Amino acid sequence: MTKILDVNGLVTRFYSVDGVVHALNEVQFDLEPGETLGVVGESGSGKSVTMMSLLGLIPKPPGRVEGGTAVFNDGSDTFDLLKLSEKELQEVRGGKVGFIFQDPISSLNPTMTIGKQIAESMMTHLQLGESEARKRTINLLQQVGIADAERRYDSYPHEFSGGMRQRVMIAIAVACEPAIVIADEPTTALDVTVQAQIIELTQRLQKQMGMAVVWITHDLGVVAGMADRVLVMYGGTVVESALVDDLYENPQHPYTIGLLGAIPKMEGEDERLVSIEGSPPDLLQPLTYCPFASRCPFVFQRCWKERPLLIPIGKNHDTACFYDVERGAPRDHV
Amino acid sequence: MAGTTTPPAVGMEEYVEPTWGSKLAYVWRLLWRDKGGLLGMILFLLMVITAVFAPIIAPHDPLEQNLRDSKLPPAWYEGGNWDYPLGTDRLGKDIFSRIVYGTRVSLTVAVFGVLIAGGLGLLAGLVAGFMGGKVDGAIMAGVNLWLAIPYLVFVVVIASILGRSLFNVILIFGITDSPIFARVTRGEVLRIRQSGYVESAISVGASTSRIMFDHILPNLIGPLITLATFEMSAMIFYEAGLSSWAERAAHWCQLGQHGRSLPSILAKLPWMVIYPGLAIAIASLAMNLLGDWLRDVLDPRLRRSRA
Amino acid sequence: MQRYLLSRLVQSFLLLLGVLIVVFFMIRLTGDPVSLMVPKEAPAEVREAFREANGFNRPLYAQFFEYLLNAFQLDLGHSLKFRQSNLSIIMERLPSTVYLATISLFLAIVIAVPIGIIGGFNPGSAADTVGRAFGLFGQTIPGFVFALYLILIFAVRLGWLPSFGRDFWYSVILPATALSIGGIGQFVRLTRSAVLEIRNEDYIRTARSKGLSKMAIGARHVARNAALALISVVTVQYSYMLGGSIYIESIFAWPGLGNLLQGAIVDRDFPLIQALAIVFSFFVVTLNLLTDVIYAVIDPRIRYGS
Repeated sequence: MTKILDVNGLVTRFYSVDGVVHALNEVQFDLEPGETLGVVGESGSGKSVTMMSLLGLIPKPPGRVEGGTAVFNDGSDTFDLLKLSEKELQEVRGGKVGFIFQDPISSLNPTMTIGKQIAESMMTHLQLGESEARKRTINLLQQVGIADAERRYDSYPHEFSGGMRQRVMIAIAVACEPAIVIADEPTTALDVTVQAQIIELTQRLQKQMGMAVVWITHDLGVVAGMADRVLVMYGGTVVESALVDDLYENPQHPYTIGLLGAIPKMEGEDERLVSIEGSPPDLLQPLTYCPFASRCPFVFQRCWKERPLLIPIGKNHDTACFYDVERGAPRDHV
Repeated sequence: MAGTTTPPAVGMEEYVEPTWGSKLAYVWRLLWRDKGGLLGMILFLLMVITAVFAPIIAPHDPLEQNLRDSKLPPAWYEGGNWDYPLGTDRLGKDIFSRIVYGTRVSLTVAVFGVLIAGGLGLLAGLVAGFMGGKVDGAIMAGVNLWLAIPYLVFVVVIASILGRSLFNVILIFGITDSPIFARVTRGEVLRIRQSGYVESAISVGASTSRIMFDHILPNLIGPLITLATFEMSAMIFYEAGLSSWAERAAHWCQLGQHGRSLPSILAKLPWMVIYPGLAIAIASLAMNLLGDWLRDVLDPRLRRSRA
Repeated sequence: MQRYLLSRLVQSFLLLLGVLIVVFFMIRLTGDPVSLMVPKEAPAEVREAFREANGFNRPLYAQFFEYLLNAFQLDLGHSLKFRQSNLSIIMERLPSTVYLATISLFLAIVIAVPIGIIGGFNPGSAADTVGRAFGLFGQTIPGFVFALYLILIFAVRLGWLPSFGRDFWYSVILPATALSIGGIGQFVRLTRSAVLEIRNEDYIRTARSKGLSKMAIGARHVARNAALALISVVTVQYSYMLGGSIYIESIFAWPGLGNLLQGAIVDRDFPLIQALAIVFSFFVVTLNLLTDVIYAVIDPRIRYGS
């Protein structure tokens, strides 16, 4: 199948008063139509910045996307997202790619009815009139599980609970039936029970509309339950990518191994990442060696001298590490 | 994770107690980064120097009348002379000397006014914030009542009742301005009390005075100093307004046709208005720039939001 | 919402009551109101007759209750100088003050808000730098100093505009400009920072993620929320302009309440001063209440909130 998104060498930097933050260092990944890609990593690893960079949503200044390609191909159209003008990007955002953000409280405009916030997207991209957009919005509200949708169209965000607001956010994201939905930690701010409902809803809509979903999280438990494939990010790079079962059974990057070791096994416990010893890399330095070197138990001379690139080590399984964990020795020929 | 190779640790130098010299150097770096703040600081220091050394700087007694030299223009105009750099008024008083001494009066009113307002406000705010309940309710009701009153009108009226001596003016400004300090203090106390570190200090049984001196007061300094700067600016400008207003009122009383006399003064003796006005505007500019700079430097919340 | 408004109404009423109390005791700050109102050199009989005639010889609580009772019947006493009811004198001058303050407010909004919006949307640009400098100027220069400079330039030097009175329709231009300058400074700064702050809100990111154009985001999402942030500042500024016009009115000999107050102070007409203080406070309290009502009507969080 043709990839709906193929990203290579994505570089994003932030020019702050303290210096240049090397937020993304040649990020590489792809996305198949209809699949669910989990993106995991600690905060600052570049999960969100990657997705924001693709669609021109990082604040500029101080941010700048300085390299790479991101080819989007939904069967009818092919183009490089990074070469689009702001106006062309506006057509992609909301139209072909929808977003769900983490905090449903602050992510909705407090002074606009939720109905209008959803309908506004349809009116922009589908050239619908107000009454037609209203009809479709009410229909959509019912689909995302909001009872009494007709009346709730005119409600304001503060009249909803956190979970209900996240349903509204989802409705905004899928309003124009996009090919890709990017969900940026959409359940982090919610109760565990509500989390499950939101995940279930997203999966149902995904099947119904045939969307690819990129699910950004630092919760490996969520990813294990719903993703087809997983991308592990660290220090602004992708350090491992694999099919979900493969990754959990056969992790190849020391960071991934550390993460999985850090998952508490108790059912119902908080399954968020427990931090690994040491501190995350200093993004103010250009990445000339392995970002994980200072925390890695397998580190050796080469790791300090050059940066490992993502290499295929199995079917659908890539990792960026000089050390072969299975053999217990440095890799040859890389 | 023993036995790993790590690069040598950096940035772990021993903590050294900062000296006065290093503190000053740090303030200088902060000022150099914000040129507006630097300008404000320079102007403010100039004002302080002018106020302190007024008798040395001013060529004349500000009240001294030299009828022979009345209505002189500034020195660089025809008919002016350097004895009276900025000219004289109708009674031959030296405008420049009046500005120099006026700076002294303005700063005295502003400094003592803010000290009184800050002292009273701090006390009331601390009591309200700490005692809570009915005491808090009563103090805040008073504060809100006072803030619902048109400040300027009441200052003018009270000054006319009590008389406009320097002492009275300071007292009036000090008392009428204290509610703002009380409100800010109380807000900060409540905010700081709710923060984790004070709650934990309370939970391990730290005494009230300990919490106050170790946790609350150090955190209050920033917002209060910033507020004090802006309030000093306001007092300088209200005081100047008050005295010029009172002068005009008195004049109006004598002539009964003030509206007609002001333009004629301005036409004949424009320097009487231009330079004192400029001095007040510069003083106000200095305090505003300084206040903006202090707010940026002292308020960690703002600093974070700017980053 | 009704409960909210009712509580605000009660609050305003209590504030007014508080103001009446403050004013009552302010006049008695020196101990004896008679000594304020009658010249010191007046013979003792005159003083006593005055004391008797104005009821200052009665017990303080009796004076106080009569004063309150009268105030609630809109009787604010009689002027010593004009020999007529204070309220009628005030009502005669009121339109001039309201006219001046309203025009000043309008001027400040029309000039400052666009400057602030441009700055907020293009921080660091040349236009923003100029706008901020202008805002700093407005915030820094005292209104009465600006007023004198305006007169010097436009009335004395150029002779374009009248510098006193309210004889022509264009008489209002100079006083309104002088009175609006402080508001301009404040509005430029606040509009700019409100726009900047709102542009960083998560919901603006959501709006961008929907693919809305910059214009649509500015008009539908930023403007409304920025306006909400500005309303309270605008009403506070309006009450400053109504009350703060006393310096400006006296410079321009504008026939309003500020000038009336100046005359009353010069003439030591304390019943009139007292009435004016009450009226000026009434403006502030009413405008505060009005602000709450406006928010209750247009801010959905209050309209439908608890």
